Amino acid sequence: MSTTQLQVTTVPVGTWRSDPVHSTFGFSVTHMIIATFRGSLTDFDATATGAGDGTATLSASGRVASVVTQDDNLTGHIQSPDFFDAQRHPEVRYTASDITRDGEDLRVRGELTLKGTTLPLELTGTIAGPVETGPDTALVAIDLEGVIDRRDYGLSWNNPLPGGGFAVGNDVRLVAHLEMARA
Amino acid sequence: MVILGISGSLRRDSHNSMLLRAAGAELPEGVELRLFEGLRDVPPYDEDDDHDPAPAAVTRLREALAGADALLVATPEYNSSIPGQLKNALDWASRPRATSPLMFHPVAVIGASTGSFGAVWAQAELRKVLAASGARVVEGDLAVGHAHDRIGADGTLVDDDQRTRLRELLHLLVSEIRPVEIAA
Repeated sequence: MSTTQLQVTTVPVGTWRSDPVHSTFGFSVTHMIIATFRGSLTDFDATATGAGDGTATLSASGRVASVVTQDDNLTGHIQSPDFFDAQRHPEVRYTASDITRDGEDLRVRGELTLKGTTLPLELTGTIAGPVETGPDTALVAIDLEGVIDRRDYGLSWNNPLPGGGFAVGNDVRLVAHLEMARA
Repeated sequence: MVILGISGSLRRDSHNSMLLRAAGAELPEGVELRLFEGLRDVPPYDEDDDHDPAPAAVTRLREALAGADALLVATPEYNSSIPGQLKNALDWASRPRATSPLMFHPVAVIGASTGSFGAVWAQAELRKVLAASGARVVEGDLAVGHAHDRIGADGTLVDDDQRTRLRELLHLLVSEIRPVEIAA
């Protein structure tokens, strides 16, 4: 009887780039105290690398101008200086080189740069694959999420409600679903 | 470099129009203050009329905003807020969102009143409206109460401290006029 030892690295060895058609990046925030508002950033890219020694990196950037909501006026307000200030800070970035894996669970410690402010941000999620998708192609799936306090990045706009409380929550959940193809 | 000045008051001897003219005397070198005279002509906002071509008075307003590097608005206070005609004009200017001349436009807010408070509440309301319209509203304001005593016959501010604050606010406004930075 023989055994085959498979080497499990944090991210499969190689470079993996997000497929823009099959990847999404979104955010959600409490709205009017009890509801949840969701938006997405459609123009983004992410790259993950895995090395044979188990180390891994993740980097991602997105164009703030591609933040969309269901209403043009709201989208415009979100891109204005009250929120993202897309004119002076057109990109949001995340970079990480401290990534650990336990089974399919991923823990990513990196830095988020948003509206000119860079702060540590830990993301958690899962990794699956690789799956061979063709003679020379393969993909991994990485799902990650984390929470920021938007005020830490200068996105402080709010509006008081007549009965107390504010229109928009401060904790914003970031969620990425990445289908990443071997580069 | 051009700053467009809009007085929220239509009154001929408006203190806010006088305050704008006082601002003209405190400008940094090389900066021109161009007063917008067409506020009265802007029609009531009606989405049925909000199409191309826009009403002529709206086009003049949008072109005046787009042709300036920044905006300085002086507002009186009507019932704890800004005058309806000023709000109406800003509503026109804020649309359509994709081409609005207010989007990312540097703006400063000042105000005068014959009472003690210098239209403080109206300035707060105006800052909110402008920010919601996508403007880059600078920090700082100038509330000139007892305007009939504080603005001289020659159109300048009598109070040295207020003149200094106005000058500082204008410098801050001009400092926001700059090439777009490319930063994360």
